[in-house]
Amino acid sequence: MNEHVSIPGERRKLAAPPPIAMLAELTHRCPLACPYCSNPLELESVRNELSTEEWVKVFRQAASIGVLHLHLSGGEPASRRDLVQLTDAAAKAGLYTNLITSGIGLTQQRIVQLSEAGLDHIQLSIQGATPELADRVGGYKGGYDRKIAVAEWTHAAGIPLTVNAVCHKQNMDQMGDMLDLAVRLGARRIEIATVQFHGWADRNRQALMPTREQFLCANAFVAEARKRLEGLIVIDYVGADHHASYPKACMGGWGRTGLNVTPSGKVLPCHAAETIPSLQFDNVRDKTLSEIWYDGSAFNAYRGDDWMPELCRSCDRKSIDFGGCRCQAMALAGDASATDPVCLRSPLRDALTRKAEEDSRSDVTEFVYRGR
Amino acid sequence: MTNPIATPVDGNTVVKLARGVRLQNDPVRGQAVLLAPERALALDEIAVAIVTELDGERSLDTIADIFAARFDAPKQQILSDMVTFVGEFSKRRMLEFRS
Repeated sequence: MNEHVSIPGERRKLAAPPPIAMLAELTHRCPLACPYCSNPLELESVRNELSTEEWVKVFRQAASIGVLHLHLSGGEPASRRDLVQLTDAAAKAGLYTNLITSGIGLTQQRIVQLSEAGLDHIQLSIQGATPELADRVGGYKGGYDRKIAVAEWTHAAGIPLTVNAVCHKQNMDQMGDMLDLAVRLGARRIEIATVQFHGWADRNRQALMPTREQFLCANAFVAEARKRLEGLIVIDYVGADHHASYPKACMGGWGRTGLNVTPSGKVLPCHAAETIPSLQFDNVRDKTLSEIWYDGSAFNAYRGDDWMPELCRSCDRKSIDFGGCRCQAMALAGDASATDPVCLRSPLRDALTRKAEEDSRSDVTEFVYRGR
Repeated sequence: MTNPIATPVDGNTVVKLARGVRLQNDPVRGQAVLLAPERALALDEIAVAIVTELDGERSLDTIADIFAARFDAPKQQILSDMVTFVGEFSKRRMLEFRS
């Protein structure tokens, strides 16, 4: 756990470990229109995006303070024309460089260039196991076929592949087929992650919330598949926390393992942190990453356990889930320092369960698409 | 190189780190780390010594001979430890096997 350190003449600070991972949201531009998009409701415009030089400076700073994994994300990072150049700079800084992409905007030539630039790994999203469902969820016709081509080009270039399968009520019953597809595409790893109900996904709760039966079925399926496919594909799984008993260890603890840089250079403790109105975020245009990580007010807001309500501070699970998700507490309890309402000890848990069950049984299948 | 499910690991096994898996010095934390997709494993000196020798050319048996001489330790014990270690990495999909 974090240690309290008193520094004479300065306000009390929490000694934080160095960050392990950085998510670089290179742009908010994206050709897809997923109804659970995790980017903020207000997107950053292209004219405010960091320049190539600014990103390169941030990558070097990240490596120097201990970041090991760099995730190039978005929006769709392939929308940045300088993606190959940025990848090259990140690899030269010694960062393990991972591209998180929908695949749209990548050509075979560009994948070869990324491989030559030192890209370590590609994470390719799929929205379903059939073109009909996948293209309807992503709101992009022809998307599925393009993704299959991107996976084949990735394989041909020798870059290891992870398939990202975001799951929800309307595609969870295809989980087995999505896993089979990942294996067929030569993926070494699959991330099966249930939609998190923040931001845009919250507008589509009725169309997306899985039923409790789906949740239990998915848990059992993953446990079985992990055994059956051990040594062939690694399965990372995030279940539907609204049906779980305890909150997720969001971000591995606030300000503890990772940071997120927005297209315009704001540095966030998690990608949804801007939904907490009391927080103020520093920008890489004004301060170094080191100053922001160790001294920034947003990063220190929920470190350690001083901020926790007594219910959490006295709970032995605080070293397992670090108090859960602050953005979820903000959204559902109206207070970012409240107990995550997913926790069965939260006074709000019964209401959350009722709402999740009600939404999961809704007949609504139409999506409100992002940006359409 | 192929990766069938549950490739048996024994003295004849020949492996190297798969692409996308690499050993790196981490000066900020003062340790060696094995980096893989979404994974960073801190390795001790013995693990570093093993990983460094996995070259996709020589068998675990051959490498165990080298360690036995270098550390003046019983070869069978070394080989048995290496088989366990390599088996764990294989389950995590971090290795390429020579068929």
